[in-house]
Amino acid sequence: MRPLILSLFLLAAPAFGQTATGDLGLVVERATGSVLVIDRSDRASIGRITGLGDVSHASLTYSPDERFAFVFGRDGGLTKVDLLTQTIAARTVQAGNSIGGAISDDGRLVAVSNYEPGGVKVFDADTLALVADIPMAGKTIGLVDVPGRRFAWAVWDTGEVFLGDFSAAEPVVTMIGNAGKNPFDAVLTDDAHTFLVGLFGEKGVTAFDLWNPETPPQKFLTDYGKTGEDMPVYKMPHLQSWAFTEGQYALPAVGRHEILWVDRESQTQTATTEVHGQPVFIIAQPASPYVWVNFATPLNDVVQVVDSRSHEVVATLTPGKAILHMEFAPRGAEVWISSRDDNKVLIYDTKTREKVGEVAAEAPSGIFFTARAHQTGL
Amino acid sequence: MPRFVSLFALLLAMPALADVSPDRARALEHMVLQDCGSCHGLTLKGGLGRPLTREALAQADPEGLALIILDGIPSTAMPPWRPLLTEDEALWIANYLKSKD
Repeated sequence: MRPLILSLFLLAAPAFGQTATGDLGLVVERATGSVLVIDRSDRASIGRITGLGDVSHASLTYSPDERFAFVFGRDGGLTKVDLLTQTIAARTVQAGNSIGGAISDDGRLVAVSNYEPGGVKVFDADTLALVADIPMAGKTIGLVDVPGRRFAWAVWDTGEVFLGDFSAAEPVVTMIGNAGKNPFDAVLTDDAHTFLVGLFGEKGVTAFDLWNPETPPQKFLTDYGKTGEDMPVYKMPHLQSWAFTEGQYALPAVGRHEILWVDRESQTQTATTEVHGQPVFIIAQPASPYVWVNFATPLNDVVQVVDSRSHEVVATLTPGKAILHMEFAPRGAEVWISSRDDNKVLIYDTKTREKVGEVAAEAPSGIFFTARAHQTGL
Repeated sequence: MPRFVSLFALLLAMPALADVSPDRARALEHMVLQDCGSCHGLTLKGGLGRPLTREALAQADPEGLALIILDGIPSTAMPPWRPLLTEDEALWIANYLKSKD
Protein backbone atom coordinates (compact mmCIF):
# COMPACT_ATOMS: atom_id res chain seq x y z
CA MET A 1 0.00 0.00 0.00
CA ARG A 2 2.71 2.36 0.91
CA PRO A 3 4.42 2.26 -2.53
CA LEU A 4 1.12 3.06 -4.15
CA ILE A 5 0.51 6.07 -1.93
CA LEU A 6 4.06 7.25 -2.45
CA SER A 7 3.83 6.97 -6.21
CA LEU A 8 0.52 8.79 -6.24
CA PHE A 9 2.11 11.56 -4.24
CA LEU A 10 5.04 11.77 -6.62
CA LEU A 11 2.70 11.98 -9.57
CA ALA A 12 0.61 14.61 -7.89
CA ALA A 13 3.41 16.85 -6.67
CA PRO A 14 4.57 18.32 -10.00
CA ALA A 15 0.97 18.83 -11.12
CA PHE A 16 0.42 21.15 -8.18
CA GLY A 17 3.73 22.86 -8.82
CA GLN A 18 4.80 22.13 -5.29
CA THR A 19 8.52 22.23 -5.85
CA ALA A 20 10.74 23.84 -3.24
CA THR A 21 14.02 25.34 -4.43
CA GLY A 22 16.10 25.10 -1.23
CA ASP A 23 17.98 22.02 -2.37
CA LEU A 24 18.18 22.91 -6.04
CA GLY A 25 21.09 24.27 -7.99
CA LEU A 26 22.35 25.09 -11.47
CA VAL A 27 25.33 23.75 -13.37
CA VAL A 28 26.75 25.88 -16.16
CA GLU A 29 27.21 23.88 -19.36
CA ARG A 30 29.83 25.95 -21.09
CA ALA A 31 29.81 24.45 -24.55
CA THR A 32 26.06 24.45 -25.12
CA GLY A 33 24.95 27.78 -23.65
CA SER A 34 22.71 26.10 -21.12
CA VAL A 35 22.30 25.50 -17.41
CA LEU A 36 21.35 22.16 -15.93
CA VAL A 37 18.85 22.27 -13.05
CA ILE A 38 19.93 19.86 -10.33
CA ASP A 39 18.25 18.48 -7.23
CA ARG A 40 20.81 18.01 -4.50
CA SER A 41 18.70 15.65 -2.37
CA ASP A 42 17.90 13.39 -5.31
CA ARG A 43 21.44 13.68 -6.70
CA ALA A 44 19.87 14.13 -10.12
CA SER A 45 19.28 16.65 -12.87
CA ILE A 46 15.66 17.70 -13.23
CA GLY A 47 15.82 19.90 -16.31
CA ARG A 48 17.83 22.10 -18.62
CA ILE A 49 17.40 25.76 -19.58
CA THR A 50 18.90 26.70 -22.94
CA GLY A 51 19.49 29.85 -24.95
CA LEU A 52 21.88 31.65 -22.59
CA GLY A 53 24.54 32.53 -25.19
CA ASP A 54 28.26 32.09 -24.50
CA VAL A 55 28.44 30.84 -20.92
CA SER A 56 32.12 29.96 -20.85
CA HIS A 57 33.31 31.36 -17.53
CA ALA A 58 29.71 32.12 -16.57
CA SER A 59 28.77 32.65 -12.97
CA LEU A 60 25.41 33.30 -11.39
CA THR A 61 23.69 34.56 -8.30
CA TYR A 62 20.27 33.93 -6.76
CA SER A 63 17.28 36.04 -5.79
CA PRO A 64 16.50 36.08 -2.03
CA ASP A 65 13.53 33.73 -2.54
CA GLU A 66 15.79 31.21 -4.31
CA ARG A 67 13.42 31.11 -7.25
CA PHE A 68 15.40 33.08 -9.82
CA ALA A 69 19.02 32.96 -10.90
CA PHE A 70 20.87 35.74 -12.70
CA VAL A 71 23.39 34.23 -15.11
CA PHE A 72 26.33 36.38 -16.19
CA GLY A 73 27.51 35.22 -19.62
CA ARG A 74 30.87 35.84 -21.22
CA ASP A 75 29.22 37.50 -24.21
CA GLY A 76 27.68 40.26 -22.10
CA GLY A 77 24.36 38.44 -21.75
CA LEU A 78 22.51 38.79 -18.45
CA THR A 79 19.80 36.16 -18.18
CA LYS A 80 17.23 35.78 -15.42
CA VAL A 81 16.11 32.15 -15.22
CA ASP A 82 13.18 30.74 -13.27
CA LEU A 83 13.99 27.52 -11.41
CA LEU A 84 10.31 26.64 -10.91
CA THR A 85 9.20 26.87 -14.53
CA GLN A 86 12.70 26.13 -15.89
CA THR A 87 12.39 28.98 -18.38
CA ILE A 88 14.08 32.28 -19.14
CA ALA A 89 12.20 35.06 -17.31
CA ALA A 90 14.17 37.96 -18.82
CA ARG A 91 17.35 38.46 -20.81
CA THR A 92 19.44 41.41 -21.97
CA VAL A 93 22.73 41.58 -23.82
CA GLN A 94 24.17 44.49 -21.90
CA ALA A 95 27.82 44.61 -23.01
CA GLY A 96 30.18 43.02 -25.48
CA ASN A 97 32.13 40.98 -22.97
CA SER A 98 31.56 40.46 -19.26
CA ILE A 99 32.99 38.47 -16.40
CA GLY A 100 30.58 38.23 -13.48
CA GLY A 101 28.20 39.99 -11.21
CA ALA A 102 26.40 40.16 -7.90
CA ILE A 103 22.99 40.89 -6.38
CA SER A 104 22.46 43.60 -3.75
CA ASP A 105 21.80 42.57 -0.16
CA ASP A 106 18.12 43.50 -0.49
CA GLY A 107 17.75 41.57 -3.74
CA ARG A 108 16.62 44.66 -5.67
CA LEU A 109 19.66 45.32 -7.88
CA VAL A 110 21.90 43.16 -10.02
CA ALA A 111 25.34 44.53 -10.94
CA VAL A 112 27.44 43.20 -13.82
CA SER A 113 31.20 43.50 -14.17
CA ASN A 114 32.19 44.17 -17.78
CA TYR A 115 35.40 43.78 -19.78
CA GLU A 116 34.32 45.37 -23.06
CA PRO A 117 33.42 48.17 -22.74
CA GLY A 118 34.93 48.21 -19.25
CA GLY A 119 32.68 49.24 -16.40
CA VAL A 120 29.80 48.23 -14.17
CA LYS A 121 26.14 48.23 -15.12
CA VAL A 122 23.37 47.94 -12.56
CA PHE A 123 19.94 46.51 -13.32
CA ASP A 124 16.56 46.26 -11.65
CA ALA A 125 16.33 42.63 -10.46
CA ASP A 126 12.63 42.36 -11.37
CA THR A 127 12.71 43.70 -14.92
CA LEU A 128 16.42 43.82 -15.86
CA ALA A 129 15.89 47.51 -16.74
CA LEU A 130 19.12 49.51 -16.61
CA VAL A 131 19.41 51.51 -13.37
CA ALA A 132 22.99 52.80 -13.56
CA ASP A 133 25.89 52.71 -16.02
CA ILE A 134 29.32 53.36 -14.56
CA PRO A 135 32.07 53.40 -17.19
CA MET A 136 35.57 52.54 -16.00
CA ALA A 137 39.04 53.00 -17.48
CA GLY A 138 39.47 49.26 -18.06
CA LYS A 139 38.26 45.74 -17.41
CA THR A 140 36.38 45.45 -14.12
CA ILE A 141 37.06 42.40 -11.95
CA GLY A 142 36.18 41.02 -8.51
CA LEU A 143 32.74 42.64 -8.22
CA VAL A 144 31.04 41.80 -4.89
CA ASP A 145 27.91 42.89 -3.06
CA VAL A 146 28.46 44.88 0.10
CA PRO A 147 25.74 45.38 2.75
CA GLY A 148 23.70 48.59 2.41
CA ARG A 149 22.86 48.14 -1.29
CA ARG A 150 26.49 48.67 -2.27
CA PHE A 151 28.98 46.93 -4.56
CA ALA A 152 32.79 46.95 -4.63
CA TRP A 153 35.06 46.15 -7.59
CA ALA A 154 38.57 46.65 -9.01
CA VAL A 155 39.97 47.58 -12.42
CA TRP A 156 42.52 45.20 -14.02
CA ASP A 157 44.20 47.89 -16.14
CA THR A 158 44.62 50.63 -13.51
CA GLY A 159 44.53 48.84 -10.14
CA GLU A 160 41.88 51.23 -8.84
CA VAL A 161 39.28 49.95 -6.36
CA PHE A 162 35.78 51.41 -6.13
CA LEU A 163 32.88 51.30 -3.71
CA GLY A 164 29.49 52.10 -5.24
CA ASP A 165 26.52 53.03 -3.03
CA PHE A 166 23.15 52.52 -4.74
CA SER A 167 20.92 53.06 -1.69
CA ALA A 168 19.73 56.50 -2.84
CA ALA A 169 18.16 57.64 -6.10
CA GLU A 170 21.55 58.74 -7.45
CA PRO A 171 24.47 56.32 -7.10
CA VAL A 172 27.56 57.49 -5.25
CA VAL A 173 30.76 55.87 -6.55
CA THR A 174 33.96 56.41 -4.59
CA MET A 175 37.51 55.40 -5.51
CA ILE A 176 38.85 53.98 -2.24
CA GLY A 177 42.45 53.38 -3.28
CA ASN A 178 44.79 51.59 -5.63
CA ALA A 179 45.40 47.88 -5.09
CA GLY A 180 48.51 47.60 -7.28
CA LYS A 181 49.42 46.20 -10.69
CA ASN A 182 46.81 44.10 -12.52
CA PRO A 183 44.35 42.90 -9.88
CA PHE A 184 42.96 39.59 -11.19
CA ASP A 185 40.16 38.91 -8.72
CA ALA A 186 38.87 40.01 -5.34
CA VAL A 187 36.82 38.63 -2.47
CA LEU A 188 34.93 39.97 0.52
CA THR A 189 35.43 38.37 3.93
CA ASP A 190 32.34 36.73 5.42
CA ASP A 191 31.92 39.62 7.89
CA ALA A 192 31.99 42.13 4.99
CA HIS A 193 34.88 43.84 6.74
CA THR A 194 37.76 43.30 4.35
CA PHE A 195 37.84 43.44 0.55
CA LEU A 196 40.89 41.43 -0.51
CA VAL A 197 42.27 42.12 -3.97
CA GLY A 198 44.72 39.62 -5.49
CA LEU A 199 47.45 40.96 -7.80
CA PHE A 200 48.81 39.35 -10.94
CA GLY A 201 51.17 42.09 -12.19
CA GLU A 202 53.13 42.12 -8.95
CA LYS A 203 53.37 39.93 -5.85
CA GLY A 204 50.80 40.53 -3.20
CA VAL A 205 47.27 40.96 -1.97
CA THR A 206 45.80 44.32 -0.99
CA ALA A 207 43.25 44.59 1.83
CA PHE A 208 40.64 47.35 1.90
CA ASP A 209 38.74 48.03 5.15
CA LEU A 210 35.12 48.43 4.10
CA TRP A 211 34.00 49.15 7.66
CA ASN A 212 36.22 52.24 7.44
CA PRO A 213 36.76 52.94 3.75
CA GLU A 214 38.93 55.99 4.59
CA THR A 215 41.58 53.69 6.08
CA PRO A 216 44.55 53.36 3.69
CA PRO A 217 44.73 49.90 2.05
CA GLN A 218 47.26 47.40 3.38
CA LYS A 219 49.36 45.30 1.01
CA PHE A 220 50.65 41.94 2.22
CA LEU A 221 52.34 38.81 0.88
CA THR A 222 54.53 41.12 -1.19
CA ASP A 223 57.55 38.85 -1.07
CA TYR A 224 56.19 35.33 -1.41
CA GLY A 225 58.02 33.03 -3.75
CA LYS A 226 61.17 35.11 -3.94
CA THR A 227 63.20 31.97 -3.42
CA GLY A 228 62.39 30.42 -6.78
CA GLU A 229 61.45 31.01 -10.38
CA ASP A 230 57.76 31.53 -11.08
CA MET A 231 55.98 28.99 -13.26
CA PRO A 232 53.57 29.81 -16.08
CA VAL A 233 49.98 30.42 -14.96
CA TYR A 234 47.76 28.45 -17.36
CA LYS A 235 44.57 29.53 -15.65
CA MET A 236 43.90 32.56 -13.48
CA PRO A 237 43.14 31.57 -9.89
CA HIS A 238 39.76 32.55 -8.50
CA LEU A 239 39.28 34.26 -5.22
CA GLN A 240 35.52 33.99 -4.90
CA SER A 241 34.82 31.28 -2.34
CA TRP A 242 38.31 31.87 -1.07
CA ALA A 243 38.79 29.87 2.07
CA PHE A 244 38.56 31.55 5.43
CA THR A 245 39.25 29.02 8.10
CA GLU A 246 40.89 28.70 11.52
CA GLY A 247 41.49 32.46 11.66
CA GLN A 248 43.39 32.24 8.40
CA TYR A 249 43.10 33.05 4.74
CA ALA A 250 44.12 30.21 2.42
CA LEU A 251 45.39 31.90 -0.73
CA PRO A 252 46.47 30.59 -4.12
CA ALA A 253 50.08 31.51 -4.89
CA VAL A 254 50.24 32.97 -8.40
CA GLY A 255 52.84 31.18 -10.52
CA ARG A 256 53.65 28.65 -7.82
CA HIS A 257 52.25 25.27 -6.84
CA GLU A 258 51.47 26.41 -3.33
CA ILE A 259 48.73 27.47 -0.95
CA LEU A 260 49.74 30.38 1.24
CA TRP A 261 48.31 30.64 4.76
CA VAL A 262 47.91 34.10 6.18
CA ASP A 263 46.87 35.04 9.71
CA ARG A 264 43.66 36.98 9.41
CA GLU A 265 44.46 39.48 12.16
CA SER A 266 48.10 40.29 11.47
CA GLN A 267 47.99 39.67 7.69
CA THR A 268 51.31 37.85 7.89
CA GLN A 269 52.10 34.56 6.21
CA THR A 270 52.15 31.69 8.68
CA ALA A 271 52.65 28.63 6.46
CA THR A 272 52.98 27.29 2.93
CA THR A 273 51.52 24.05 1.58
CA GLU A 274 53.11 22.45 -1.47
CA VAL A 275 50.30 21.21 -3.69
CA HIS A 276 49.82 19.35 -6.97
CA GLY A 277 49.66 22.37 -9.31
CA GLN A 278 48.67 26.00 -9.71
CA PRO A 279 45.65 26.33 -7.41
CA VAL A 280 42.50 27.68 -9.09
CA PHE A 281 39.81 27.37 -6.41
CA ILE A 282 40.58 26.91 -2.72
CA ILE A 283 37.26 26.35 -0.99
CA ALA A 284 36.55 25.68 2.67
CA GLN A 285 34.44 22.62 3.40
CA PRO A 286 31.72 24.14 5.59
CA ALA A 287 31.81 23.34 9.31
CA SER A 288 35.16 21.57 9.08
CA PRO A 289 38.90 22.25 9.26
CA TYR A 290 39.42 21.26 5.60
CA VAL A 291 39.88 23.14 2.36
CA TRP A 292 39.56 21.56 -1.09
CA VAL A 293 41.71 22.68 -4.00
CA ASN A 294 41.61 22.20 -7.76
CA PHE A 295 44.30 23.10 -10.28
CA ALA A 296 45.10 24.75 -13.60
CA THR A 297 45.60 22.82 -16.81
CA PRO A 298 47.48 20.53 -17.52
CA LEU A 299 47.35 19.28 -13.91
CA ASN A 300 43.59 19.65 -13.64
CA ASP A 301 42.56 16.03 -13.10
CA VAL A 302 43.32 16.17 -9.37
CA VAL A 303 41.60 17.56 -6.29
CA GLN A 304 43.46 17.82 -2.99
CA VAL A 305 42.15 18.21 0.55
CA VAL A 306 44.27 20.20 3.01
CA ASP A 307 43.89 20.37 6.79
CA SER A 308 43.96 24.02 7.88
CA ARG A 309 45.40 23.10 11.30
CA SER A 310 48.47 21.16 10.13
CA HIS A 311 48.56 22.75 6.64
CA GLU A 312 49.16 19.25 5.28
CA VAL A 313 47.59 17.57 2.28
CA VAL A 314 45.39 14.83 3.77
CA ALA A 315 43.85 13.46 0.57
CA THR A 316 44.58 13.47 -3.16
CA LEU A 317 41.65 12.50 -5.37
CA THR A 318 41.49 11.91 -9.11
CA PRO A 319 37.78 12.42 -9.79
CA GLY A 320 37.97 12.92 -13.57
CA LYS A 321 39.32 14.94 -16.48
CA ALA A 322 39.45 18.75 -16.39
CA ILE A 323 38.06 19.46 -12.92
CA LEU A 324 36.77 23.04 -13.13
CA HIS A 325 34.75 23.73 -10.02
CA MET A 326 33.56 22.42 -6.65
CA GLU A 327 30.43 23.34 -4.70
CA PHE A 328 29.66 22.13 -1.19
CA ALA A 329 26.27 21.30 0.21
CA PRO A 330 25.59 24.24 2.54
CA ARG A 331 26.36 22.22 5.67
CA GLY A 332 29.27 20.41 4.10
CA ALA A 333 28.12 16.77 3.83
CA GLU A 334 28.75 16.53 0.09
CA VAL A 335 30.83 18.24 -2.53
CA TRP A 336 29.78 18.38 -6.18
CA ILE A 337 32.70 18.47 -8.61
CA SER A 338 32.48 19.34 -12.31
CA SER A 339 34.57 17.23 -14.68
CA ARG A 340 34.38 19.11 -17.97
CA ASP A 341 36.01 16.54 -20.24
CA ASP A 342 34.11 13.60 -18.75
CA ASN A 343 30.80 15.47 -19.19
CA LYS A 344 29.86 14.67 -15.59
CA VAL A 345 29.28 16.22 -12.23
CA LEU A 346 30.69 13.95 -9.54
CA ILE A 347 29.28 13.84 -6.03
CA TYR A 348 31.63 13.03 -3.15
CA ASP A 349 30.81 12.35 0.47
CA THR A 350 33.12 14.67 2.42
CA LYS A 351 33.47 12.30 5.37
CA THR A 352 34.58 9.20 3.48
CA ARG A 353 35.86 11.21 0.46
CA GLU A 354 34.29 8.49 -1.70
CA LYS A 355 32.16 9.10 -4.74
CA VAL A 356 28.47 8.60 -3.98
CA GLY A 357 26.89 9.63 -7.25
CA GLU A 358 27.21 11.39 -10.57
CA VAL A 359 25.06 13.45 -12.89
CA ALA A 360 25.55 13.72 -16.66
CA ALA A 361 26.18 17.29 -17.88
CA GLU A 362 27.55 18.83 -21.10
CA ALA A 363 31.05 20.22 -20.45
CA PRO A 364 30.11 21.39 -16.94
CA SER A 365 31.93 24.29 -15.31
CA GLY A 366 30.46 26.31 -12.42
CA ILE A 367 28.09 24.62 -9.94
CA PHE A 368 25.84 26.87 -7.87
CA PHE A 369 23.45 25.76 -5.12
CA THR A 370 20.57 28.07 -4.19
CA ALA A 371 21.89 28.48 -0.63
CA ARG A 372 24.23 31.08 -2.13
CA ALA A 373 21.22 33.42 -2.06
CA HIS A 374 21.89 34.07 1.61
CA GLN A 375 25.64 34.60 1.55
CA THR A 376 27.18 38.05 1.47
CA GLY A 377 29.89 38.68 -1.10
CA LEU A 378 28.81 36.14 -3.69
CA MET B 1 29.53 20.34 -38.76
CA PRO B 2 30.44 20.11 -42.47
CA ARG B 3 32.31 23.37 -42.11
CA PHE B 4 34.31 21.91 -39.25
CA VAL B 5 35.15 18.82 -41.28
CA SER B 6 36.34 20.83 -44.25
CA LEU B 7 38.48 23.03 -42.03
CA PHE B 8 39.89 19.94 -40.44
CA ALA B 9 40.64 18.44 -43.83
CA LEU B 10 42.33 21.65 -44.86
CA LEU B 11 44.53 21.65 -41.78
CA LEU B 12 45.36 18.00 -42.18
CA ALA B 13 46.38 18.75 -45.74
CA MET B 14 49.06 21.16 -44.55
CA PRO B 15 51.80 18.77 -43.41
CA ALA B 16 54.47 21.14 -44.64
CA LEU B 17 53.25 23.80 -42.23
CA ALA B 18 52.94 21.71 -39.13
CA ASP B 19 53.61 18.04 -38.56
CA VAL B 20 50.77 17.02 -36.25
CA SER B 21 48.84 13.73 -36.20
CA PRO B 22 45.04 13.79 -36.61
CA ASP B 23 44.54 12.61 -33.01
CA ARG B 24 46.84 15.26 -31.68
CA ALA B 25 45.12 17.86 -33.88
CA ARG B 26 41.79 17.00 -32.25
CA ALA B 27 43.35 17.37 -28.82
CA LEU B 28 44.87 20.70 -29.81
CA GLU B 29 41.55 22.02 -31.06
CA HIS B 30 39.95 21.01 -27.77
CA MET B 31 42.77 22.77 -25.93
CA VAL B 32 42.32 25.98 -27.94
CA LEU B 33 38.59 26.17 -27.29
CA GLN B 34 38.63 25.10 -23.64
CA ASP B 35 41.97 26.18 -22.19
CA CYS B 36 42.87 29.18 -24.36
CA GLY B 37 39.15 29.91 -24.14
CA SER B 38 39.34 30.43 -20.39
CA CYS B 39 41.03 33.79 -21.06
CA HIS B 40 40.21 34.46 -24.72
CA GLY B 41 36.59 33.25 -24.58
CA LEU B 42 35.09 29.98 -25.76
CA THR B 43 34.18 31.71 -29.02
CA LEU B 44 37.64 33.36 -28.99
CA LYS B 45 36.07 36.81 -29.02
CA GLY B 46 38.24 37.87 -26.12
CA GLY B 47 38.10 38.12 -22.34
CA LEU B 48 41.01 38.93 -20.11
CA GLY B 49 43.03 38.07 -23.24
CA ARG B 50 42.59 39.63 -26.67
CA PRO B 51 40.17 38.36 -29.31
CA LEU B 52 41.63 35.50 -31.38
CA THR B 53 39.07 35.44 -34.14
CA ARG B 54 40.18 35.11 -37.75
CA GLU B 55 39.37 38.78 -38.31
CA ALA B 56 41.36 39.87 -35.24
CA LEU B 57 44.37 37.89 -36.46
CA ALA B 58 44.12 38.87 -40.13
CA GLN B 59 47.37 40.86 -40.02
CA ALA B 60 49.32 38.36 -37.90
CA ASP B 61 51.71 35.88 -39.52
CA PRO B 62 51.52 32.27 -38.33
CA GLU B 63 55.19 32.00 -37.32
CA GLY B 64 54.88 35.11 -35.14
CA LEU B 65 51.73 33.78 -33.52
CA ALA B 66 53.41 30.45 -32.88
CA LEU B 67 56.25 32.24 -31.09
CA ILE B 68 53.79 34.13 -28.88
CA ILE B 69 52.08 30.82 -28.04
CA LEU B 70 55.42 29.19 -27.22
CA ASP B 71 57.02 32.01 -25.27
CA GLY B 72 54.09 34.05 -23.99
CA ILE B 73 54.13 37.82 -23.60
CA PRO B 74 56.22 38.95 -20.63
CA SER B 75 54.49 41.08 -17.98
CA THR B 76 51.07 40.12 -19.27
CA ALA B 77 48.81 37.19 -18.35
CA MET B 78 49.81 35.29 -21.54
CA PRO B 79 51.93 32.37 -20.32
CA PRO B 80 54.56 30.46 -22.32
CA TRP B 81 53.08 27.18 -23.58
CA ARG B 82 56.46 25.74 -24.63
CA PRO B 83 56.45 23.26 -21.71
CA LEU B 84 53.23 21.75 -23.12
CA LEU B 85 53.56 22.17 -26.90
CA THR B 86 56.07 21.42 -29.64
CA GLU B 87 56.93 24.09 -32.21
CA ASP B 88 54.93 22.17 -34.83
CA GLU B 89 51.93 22.09 -32.54
CA ALA B 90 52.13 25.83 -31.86
CA LEU B 91 52.28 26.46 -35.60
CA TRP B 92 49.28 24.16 -36.09
CA ILE B 93 47.34 26.25 -33.54
CA ALA B 94 48.41 29.50 -35.26
CA ASN B 95 47.16 28.20 -38.62
CA TYR B 96 44.00 26.87 -37.02
CA LEU B 97 43.22 30.28 -35.49
CA LYS B 98 43.87 32.07 -38.75
CA SER B 99 41.62 29.77 -40.75
CA LYS B 100 38.84 29.08 -38.20
CA ASP B 101 35.36 30.42 -38.96
